[in-house]
Amino acid sequence: MWGWLLRRLGQILPTLLILSFMIFGLQQLMPGDPAVILAGEERGDPAVLAQIRAELRLDRPIWDQYLYWIGNVLQGDFGWSWRIRMPVSELILEKLPVTAQLATMAFIIAVLIGVPAGILSATHRDRPADWLANGIALSGISTPNFWLGIMMILLFSVQLGWLPPSGYVPLWEDPVQSLATTIMPAFVLGTGVAGVLMRHTRAAMLTALSQDYVRTARAKGLAEKVVIWKHALRNALIPVVTLGTIEFGRLLAGAVLTEQIFTIPGFGKLIVDAVFNRDYPVVQGVVLATALIFVVLSLIADLLYMAINPRLRAA
Amino acid sequence: MIRKTIAAACLGTAVLAVAAPPASAQHLRIALREDPDILDPTLSRTYVGRIVYMGFCDKLFDINEQLQPVPQLATGFRWEDPQTLSISLRQGVRFHDGEIMDAEAVRYSLNRHLTLQGSFRRSEMGGVTAIEVVDPQTVRIRLDKPNASFLAALTDRAGMVLSPKAAEAAGRNFGNRPVCAGPMRFVERVAQERIVLERFPEYWDAGRVHLDRVTYLPIPDNTVRLANLQSGAVEFGERMEPDDLRAIQRNRNLRGVPVEELGYQGLTINIGNGARANTPMGRDARVRHAFELSLDRAAINQVVYEGMYTPTRQPVPPASAFHQKDFQPEPRDVNRARALLREAGFNQPVPVELLVPNNPDLRQAGEVIQAMAREGGFDVSIRASEFASALQGAVRGEFEVFLLGWSGRTDPDGNIYAFMHSTGGQNDGRYSNPEVDRLLEQARAEGDFEKRKDLYNQALQIALGRDHMRIYLWHRKNVMIHSARLSGYRPNPDGMIRLQDMRLN
Repeated sequence: MWGWLLRRLGQILPTLLILSFMIFGLQQLMPGDPAVILAGEERGDPAVLAQIRAELRLDRPIWDQYLYWIGNVLQGDFGWSWRIRMPVSELILEKLPVTAQLATMAFIIAVLIGVPAGILSATHRDRPADWLANGIALSGISTPNFWLGIMMILLFSVQLGWLPPSGYVPLWEDPVQSLATTIMPAFVLGTGVAGVLMRHTRAAMLTALSQDYVRTARAKGLAEKVVIWKHALRNALIPVVTLGTIEFGRLLAGAVLTEQIFTIPGFGKLIVDAVFNRDYPVVQGVVLATALIFVVLSLIADLLYMAINPRLRAA
Repeated sequence: MIRKTIAAACLGTAVLAVAAPPASAQHLRIALREDPDILDPTLSRTYVGRIVYMGFCDKLFDINEQLQPVPQLATGFRWEDPQTLSISLRQGVRFHDGEIMDAEAVRYSLNRHLTLQGSFRRSEMGGVTAIEVVDPQTVRIRLDKPNASFLAALTDRAGMVLSPKAAEAAGRNFGNRPVCAGPMRFVERVAQERIVLERFPEYWDAGRVHLDRVTYLPIPDNTVRLANLQSGAVEFGERMEPDDLRAIQRNRNLRGVPVEELGYQGLTINIGNGARANTPMGRDARVRHAFELSLDRAAINQVVYEGMYTPTRQPVPPASAFHQKDFQPEPRDVNRARALLREAGFNQPVPVELLVPNNPDLRQAGEVIQAMAREGGFDVSIRASEFASALQGAVRGEFEVFLLGWSGRTDPDGNIYAFMHSTGGQNDGRYSNPEVDRLLEQARAEGDFEKRKDLYNQALQIALGRDHMRIYLWHRKNVMIHSARLSGYRPNPDGMIRLQDMRLN
């Protein structure tokens, strides 16, 4: 177990290094010269463009730019935003709690809807409850976030005036206002994930319910509630937990469209603005941070998997 | 169970709704179309940043609704000779850090604009050879040659005066905590979320400031910006869409104010920038003229912008005294367009590639142009591109015709020189005509209004009337929507939001 854990931890650094190389390389393929964008009205003046390129080291070979950047990153310096001249690490630390709050709320909503709906659907297979749960799951997956977001804003903010249409208030500043500003985007994100969780819970439950141990449990005369909750669900949850961790990672990576619509200043909005403005240090920093989050969450998923399934620990 | 859950959800939402605190009595929330870049007047470059500066960074001169310079931190100016400008300064002005604003601070600020690495003000202040402190309330600026547009530069960021003490201490990080001498002082900025200002009690014109706090909120999505206005979450929305005015027609809580802007939208034609200039449009002025004749600017404006914008043939907006009233668009004439193409010896339809920034209204405008030009003998293909990529393509000459706008400047030089002069920084089509160059240089140096206006007229007649180097299409309108509770807002063609005299009733 400990050897496995150390091996997994040892894989993180090379994985991130390879990712950093890919991030840097792919970024060079993006059209749009950052110097031209930063030069603004002076974009036609070669001297100005040369000055900006020299200042940002864009006139150096790519390998030189990469080594300079990765050298600084390894020392904890992610560079400065070219556009707003703030340290990238500061921006990441500023936006991470926002996205973490939104992702956590969305995930709670997704689990509260998706898992019970999946169980209900599996235990009432081919009956109205199954059809209803499936319908809800499919609409959650297939409804575009931007459409649902706009509709919710029009209903709850413009028509009813219950919730603020956009913006964000940190949880520690005003918890009630913070919930008011994040509940709609969390719901929009959560319903999408709930659909996925529901489908997987249903499939896993159906598989579990058809296993011999469930038949044995029923034959022993156990109550149906005990059979479902204690025997079938515990086993069915193993793939759902893995999937849930990955989905949570995706939510943390930034829900680009939802953050744009609700003007939530999280990772998604940060990276979109950075890409459109060719703010390379921000793009690189945020993508690397996201990759790190994914790698860590994948490790957590494996640990949870082991916690739920003791056979893996023995292996 | 389900009923209980629904009831709990409704109760929760209602609790959140009830708990939402109302904004304080004089707290103005302004929805911005974009997030500004760095808040350092020397280093910033965005239009939206200028809107925020109006709240906390006074300039030597402001402009009035007639686009004339009016003193702000200055009390007056005098041209000692065509190359020497003497500016007298207001007494008793303090920066937000309590330091005194005097001639030394002005000298420091202007020098910073001129010398700081990466300054975007250097070209606006081109030609300054010396900045001298005459006495604590007078500063003298020497230019290498006469420049009639120089004073206009001082009505924008180049004229903003910074606290030397704060600027020295912060260096290139000044923009993270700017210290100026405006009606409000900077409180905080959370990137992409909010910029907060609060009233500065020691402001030199404090009697005209009634707001206690101003929060700028970048909300890029137009539907959401409008929803914020409709729900009362913000009191002011800038650069709204023209059709938003119809959406708020029956809303008694909102007021819409369309203001003609200083800029324009037009077609930049590649005439001499690389291999892509070697096209019928690039080579022959008759083809460009034919293209122009095939367009009905008023109809494009009607289809895409509900007739709200002003069709034009020139870069100078009607609000400017330099607007050439007699230089108006020719009526659409597809027969004449086809005749011109025949005369130029090109087979019809003449292929043209139109580069369009990838946003809905400009794409739609591109499609209307495509349909109109077809009747005039052109086969227009549209290439929609994300703005940054399109801009790079323009600089490198990777375009044939580019639908591009400009936010505009108060002085005509700011709308013409960089775009038409052969050395202009934004002359992406590389148009070059020595006669036009000479006229623009003369106009820049000419101090007499009538003579200057005539020089611009001559330049436009050649560059646009004869060479058709660009096809100007329309002057946009800045659509401002604000709460009916707000009074004191003075619309200005520059699109800036001046906080003085504004109050929430």
